[in-house]
Amino acid sequence: MSARRLDKGGRIDRSKPLTFRWDGKALQGYAGDTLASALMANGQRVLGRSFKYHRPRGIMSAGVEESGAIVTVGSSARAEPNVKATMQELFQGLEASGQNAWPNVRFDAGAVSGLFGRFFSAGFYYKTFMGLPPFEWGRGTGLWMKYEALIRKAAGMGAASREADPDCYDHAHAYCDVLVVGAGPAGLRAALTAAEAGRDVILAEQDFELGGDLLNDPFAEPKRLALIKAVEEAGVRVMPRTTVFGLYDNGTAGLVERVTDHLPEPGPFMPRQRFWTVRADATVLATGALERSVAFAGNDRPGVMTAAAGRAYLNRFGVLPGQRIVIATTNDSAYQTAGEMAAAGAEVVLADARERSGNDVASGGRLQNGLAPLEAKGRSGIKSVQFARNTGSGWQAAGREDCDLLLVSGGWSPVVNLASHRGVKPEWNAELACFLAGECAEPVYTAGAAAGVWDAAACEASGEAAAKRAMGFEAMQPAPGGWTSPIEPRYEVRLPGSKAKGFVDPQHDVTGDDVRLAHQEGFVSVEHLKRYTTLGMATDQGKMGNIVGLALMAEALGKEIPAVGTTRFRPPYTPVAIGALAGRNVHGHFKALRRTPLHDWNLRHGATMTDAGLWHRPWYFAENGETIAEAYVREAATVRETLGVCDVSSLGKIAVQGPDAAEFLNRVYTNGFAKLAVGKARYGIMLRDDGMVMDDGTTWRLAEDDFLMTTTTTGAGKVMVWLEELLQTRWPQLRVHLTSVSDQWAGVSVAGPKSREALSACLADPDAVSHEALPFMGVVRVKLKNGIQGLAARISFSGELAYELYVPADDGEAMMDLLWAETKHLGGCLYGLEALGTLRIEKGHVTGAELDGRVTIRDAGLGKMASAKKPYIGKALQDRPELLRKDRPQLAGIFPKDRSKTFNGGALLCQPEEGEGFGEGWVTAVTHSPALGHWIGLGYVAGGHEAWAGRTLMASDPVRGAPVEVEVVSPHMFDPEGGRMHG
Amino acid sequence: MIRISCPFCGPRDHAEFSYGGDGSIEYPALDAPVQDWHDAVFLRENICGLQLETWQHVHGCRMWLKVERDTMTQEIRSVTPAHPGLASVLESQA
Repeated sequence: MSARRLDKGGRIDRSKPLTFRWDGKALQGYAGDTLASALMANGQRVLGRSFKYHRPRGIMSAGVEESGAIVTVGSSARAEPNVKATMQELFQGLEASGQNAWPNVRFDAGAVSGLFGRFFSAGFYYKTFMGLPPFEWGRGTGLWMKYEALIRKAAGMGAASREADPDCYDHAHAYCDVLVVGAGPAGLRAALTAAEAGRDVILAEQDFELGGDLLNDPFAEPKRLALIKAVEEAGVRVMPRTTVFGLYDNGTAGLVERVTDHLPEPGPFMPRQRFWTVRADATVLATGALERSVAFAGNDRPGVMTAAAGRAYLNRFGVLPGQRIVIATTNDSAYQTAGEMAAAGAEVVLADARERSGNDVASGGRLQNGLAPLEAKGRSGIKSVQFARNTGSGWQAAGREDCDLLLVSGGWSPVVNLASHRGVKPEWNAELACFLAGECAEPVYTAGAAAGVWDAAACEASGEAAAKRAMGFEAMQPAPGGWTSPIEPRYEVRLPGSKAKGFVDPQHDVTGDDVRLAHQEGFVSVEHLKRYTTLGMATDQGKMGNIVGLALMAEALGKEIPAVGTTRFRPPYTPVAIGALAGRNVHGHFKALRRTPLHDWNLRHGATMTDAGLWHRPWYFAENGETIAEAYVREAATVRETLGVCDVSSLGKIAVQGPDAAEFLNRVYTNGFAKLAVGKARYGIMLRDDGMVMDDGTTWRLAEDDFLMTTTTTGAGKVMVWLEELLQTRWPQLRVHLTSVSDQWAGVSVAGPKSREALSACLADPDAVSHEALPFMGVVRVKLKNGIQGLAARISFSGELAYELYVPADDGEAMMDLLWAETKHLGGCLYGLEALGTLRIEKGHVTGAELDGRVTIRDAGLGKMASAKKPYIGKALQDRPELLRKDRPQLAGIFPKDRSKTFNGGALLCQPEEGEGFGEGWVTAVTHSPALGHWIGLGYVAGGHEAWAGRTLMASDPVRGAPVEVEVVSPHMFDPEGGRMHG
Repeated sequence: MIRISCPFCGPRDHAEFSYGGDGSIEYPALDAPVQDWHDAVFLRENICGLQLETWQHVHGCRMWLKVERDTMTQEIRSVTPAHPGLASVLESQA
């Protein structure tokens, strides 16, 4: 192909040359070029290698349907594979390279696989490698997986960068009355019509210029400019470089705006792309139509492209794509192109497959009726076309024409993808040989070429009518069509028995023979055909090949196309970067972050933080370069010896208030709350309807009708939702009000033998927390020395004498300053989540690790908390026979038999001789106990610890290490009588 | 991309709501027989068509709602407060 840039014409700006690199070589293009048009103007012919056969490929189109010029743009972390060169706007310094080839696309060692092409036919994988040879029987698909890895390497698309994406992406939302998709004549007119009627309109266009097919018509420029000016003046929000990739319920559309992909140097804070969620009352689809090819031998050779593409390169980009051009058509649309190519100086032969047509070729082009392309000859580029003539009973070779470019028009396929996303079934229009979108039950209207309207003026009328309908008015849309003589659809041209490859889906290397093979092997439904051959499953989703594939299947079945049907299109219309979907929700923003009111105070005092649900909590407070292991053991030991202070502000806190609050809690908790005295706290467990434990915590009665419920840190949201559901849906007669007050309070646990001393030293009235004034499980209002008002409760998670002190969140730091001074004075420490875990494991107190949604209150060893005197949520179903089995896993303590050893949380507990299976239980938590002087754990074991007294189990964790011998003990491993916390 | 018209807040995206469950279930009394609880908790119809569901406007007014939704088309036929007292107040104002 001897393409050359013309001296004038086209929409490129010859005063703005741009330098870019292709496979390392510096080339020049102009502003307004795409990468494809610039490469073509530089005479670059082979731009890619095909998926399976490594066949050389060149430019096949000028748009999103491109299947040949698929390249990698950018380098290192910014390398983006599988970019369609036809859609990539050229910019100064752009770097692009060929892919799926070694060493490069022009000399590709992998092309040898083309010689073994017959091995790569449809279903090759399944037949060759899944039918395992006898010596592999019984060994799974391991061998197949090995082969597959090798073949995947040989066949494929470009490779993604292994580096982290250095760019950022934004999410944005927009609302409008009418969303218009596509800014061709129909879309522009639709947007204008709606905006002039006062509607709020968004017009999205995937191209970087507005106009659609008007851009390819040099005489349409005044019209285009007038329309754009009017659209802008009418207040339409125009979004170029924006693809509407999916249409969803209730007029919601997904858009990707390419913000910086065309800029040599993006601004420092610009996102690379913006993912828009647009909610529109009505949507007009003016998405145009795509020209399709015909399956014939060599129809994928560089130098074979659609007729419309040829026209775009000539008229829009100022490149004459060939000197000796053959145009093969089945319809009227290529005649204009033929005349324009001839006028630009090319030698043109127009081969019309129809015996008669009512058109002439202008400017000296030669018309030959009744001829269709049989084979494109030439190795890395087309050199001649062999024609065939339809004799009525089959094709017969009929002459040959030398050429350097073959433009093909097999017909037009309206882009019905977005309507299909809404469940609209495409209907076959035999007269126009294309699928058209049927009526949509939602306010979604199709206009222009997308509705099968071919003529530009009629497209405008169609857009106007669609806009009127989108506004709720009656309007007649122009009938589809617009050609003077009807199309004679051709899907494949081949001689009977020919083995030559005619591609149906060039991007996935699916040939006409593959379709017939699939049929022969019984894959006769379109959905099966698609999966077996992978037809239409490449990055273009069959934009070029689907119709041809369906037609060949219909022929094989002896049916009509509508009887075969079509597959449903799914979003996205064109590929969307994962980064755009993720937006800013990456790294630290992947999930919300919650900080306690004491966060900064903890950091200032040496806390190392850890994640607990959404919360950041102190993990440990290392002193003098301690490791985590040293720090937490010291902290836990200090709590048992003197005292420690721990931030517990993240616990969920719910104010439960109202005359019926006590009755409400009595129904929700398994134990009694109706008679809880004012000034008392009680530990409670709540179940789900199905009888499994949901959450636990203490609830404090502050007044007759005023309770403060605490929940676990991670259960807070779930419990709040659950209580609201109960009050609003099941017990609306209960007069109870719920308020989440988790963020209103700063809370600390003060634990250890000297906790009372430290706490009372902080109070205005030191006797307020004496044993008499505040007995175990008592609650009082207190005033600190510095005037801060708060609540103190004598409750213990650590098993020591302990208090929880709550003050308003804003007073948290002042409280800590006071309390920490007294604590230090008494030899105490700050402790974090790890030591908190040690203390509670020693005591056998449960947390989320044990209450994992699969355990009953009995399994957790808390059966005596289940009241026999009153009903409560979950009571009925916790007594299902399966849940009463004696051998259910129950909470137990675990010691390593050799006390110097440790074992892993998550390990399975197995019988010593038991090599496989589910084991007898599992380990939920492991810690080093300073009180006991060795590693200990909690877990569940079948039948509970009594069943395993004196026996040995193995803590088995084969992924992480050798099994460890363990013995099972009571979960209450330290101070089982609880004397310390009552003291 | 369901849109639910909250009776208290107006039309909102479904991302503001969380799904509850089958809105047609009448939960038995707490002391009802096990069989009644079994049926209420575990037996569910797999409806193709109009289905009564509970949703909570969890990132809005936090009210529980009864929503009639077509599982085939995602059409939302009606939205009312799950709390019967509030539902009747709204109905009397309508």
